[in-house]
Amino acid sequence: MILGVTTAEKYVAAAYGIVFLIVLVYVLIIALKLGRLERELDELTGQVRERREAEREQREQVPVG
Amino acid sequence: MRLRTSENPLAALAALAGVLIAASVALIFFYVPTDADQGFSQRIFYIHVPIALTAYAFFGWGAWKALRHLWKREPGADLESYVAIHQGVIFGALTLLTGSLWAKISWGHWWLWSESQLVLFLVLFLFYGAYFMLRYSIEPGPARANMCAVYALFGVVLIPISFLAIRLANQLIHPVVFTLQGPQMAGSMFLTFCVSLAAMLTLAATLFHVELAGKRIDSRLRELRELLA
Repeated sequence: MILGVTTAEKYVAAAYGIVFLIVLVYVLIIALKLGRLERELDELTGQVRERREAEREQREQVPVG
Repeated sequence: MRLRTSENPLAALAALAGVLIAASVALIFFYVPTDADQGFSQRIFYIHVPIALTAYAFFGWGAWKALRHLWKREPGADLESYVAIHQGVIFGALTLLTGSLWAKISWGHWWLWSESQLVLFLVLFLFYGAYFMLRYSIEPGPARANMCAVYALFGVVLIPISFLAIRLANQLIHPVVFTLQGPQMAGSMFLTFCVSLAAMLTLAATLFHVELAGKRIDSRLRELRELLA
């Protein structure tokens, strides 16, 4: 027994700690993935905007009638 | 910004999981009496068994969604089956880790190959672990969805075998707590176990829905990218 902690208490702490750690790692992975999706969405939004602007410019260049 | 749980069921589920986890931790460490036979280490039971049951539930849910995909051609069932199996494998890994720690303190061994319950759970875990090798070795499309669904359905057979192994085997160390006569534990222990099980199931359901939402957004973004190309 070190610092009043029994072997059983160490094992119980390890079991609960492992569960907490793995769930935390899982949430971190999901958070990283959501960050990537957000960047992709920004990129696609930028592409749509650029395309719209190009279309508007083309429309302005075409003589009416 | 206020969190409107009535408008966001996922936020409500996450909040419920948080409350149940806090309640179960409080019950495990401040309410439930210490087991006369195993002592303090018996508290691993309140996390190990709910995690194992959650893993079974998600493997079963994955198989059910696989069946819906093959039978009704339900849209999105293949993705739901995949995410459920992913959750099942994560909780399966946690079952093996917490079980191993409990075995070491209770039996003096990290693992016993003679215990059919342990070996069958490992087989179930490895079977569903191989599901991902199959899934990522085939090009995305209907063929992959069908093959993965059939594989997920085969695995479901192992669930009752694994669950019943400790009841059918004769020589065993693994404890049998739930028998036909009901739970073999005090009322306070059973209450704590039920709260822990509810906490684990709601936590897993929250993670399942978060991962599923991420996968759906990913697939829609891919579609959008193809449309814009």
